[in-house]
Amino acid sequence: MKNIIGNINKAFDHRIRLGIMSILMVNEFADFKMLKELLGATDGNLASHTKALEKEEYIIVEKSFIGRKPNTRYRTTKKGREAFKKHVEAIEKLLKQ
Amino acid sequence: MSTEEYLKDITEIKDMMSKSSRFFSLSGLSGIMAGIYALIGAAVAYYLVSISGRDYLILDGKIFRYILLDLVAVALLSIITAIILSTRKAKKNNETLWTGTSRRLLIAFLIPLITGGMYIMIKIVSNHYGLTGSLMLIFYGLALVNASKYTIGNVKYLGYIEIVLGLICAVFPGYGFWFWVLGFGVMHIVYGSLIYFKHDR
Repeated sequence: MKNIIGNINKAFDHRIRLGIMSILMVNEFADFKMLKELLGATDGNLASHTKALEKEEYIIVEKSFIGRKPNTRYRTTKKGREAFKKHVEAIEKLLKQ
Repeated sequence: MSTEEYLKDITEIKDMMSKSSRFFSLSGLSGIMAGIYALIGAAVAYYLVSISGRDYLILDGKIFRYILLDLVAVALLSIITAIILSTRKAKKNNETLWTGTSRRLLIAFLIPLITGGMYIMIKIVSNHYGLTGSLMLIFYGLALVNASKYTIGNVKYLGYIEIVLGLICAVFPGYGFWFWVLGFGVMHIVYGSLIYFKHDR
């Protein structure tokens, strides 16, 4: 039991961060606009949550230009994918009890 | 956190995974309409061939050109209807029509379809048009199976059915017309209705 709780990850303890990770688990990458639309978050709100995940090294940011427009896109790291899988497994185990 | 909150988390994860990777606003109604256009187009073709006095087609006749025109009209009407109705459905669902997902859907759909279209054209130009019905069904089926991972999963089964119909049709090329009616007319109406009742309302 204690072990399972240990696997529940605080970094994913928020709807927006959970959403960002879910989207990036099934897409090679997603840009800022796509995340914003899917999650219904404001610019500032989304930016602070992506920063938090970046700090944990769960996602990486790639900045580039499409024509003259700056484009920010995100992808998961190996560490992020493993952490997320562990987190989901922990939730599933808790729910089964 | 309580069990309820964990359940909500799991639902949210599933929802975001499917919403971000599948385009759900594919309109069932447009499938039904495509089936109806195909049936009308087939009836027109049947009539054209019957008034020609033969019960088979020859390539360089006027009738053949009319039938090609008939086919193009069916395809164009189906595409336009699909775009209009899917745009409407996307608006209703608060989904954007043109996203990375719908772009991927379109590319996955078009690659087998255009390959097949070009192959059929090449064969027609060199006078091998006996298997056109079969080839249309097979390549259309492959396009559907390929695109189904980006949209409503059921589309995959429509694809399998079209492929099987196309293969059977290759064994009985003389009945190509009737397989075409079944695959493009009847099956579109059946699957369009399924999607309509399950996802549109």
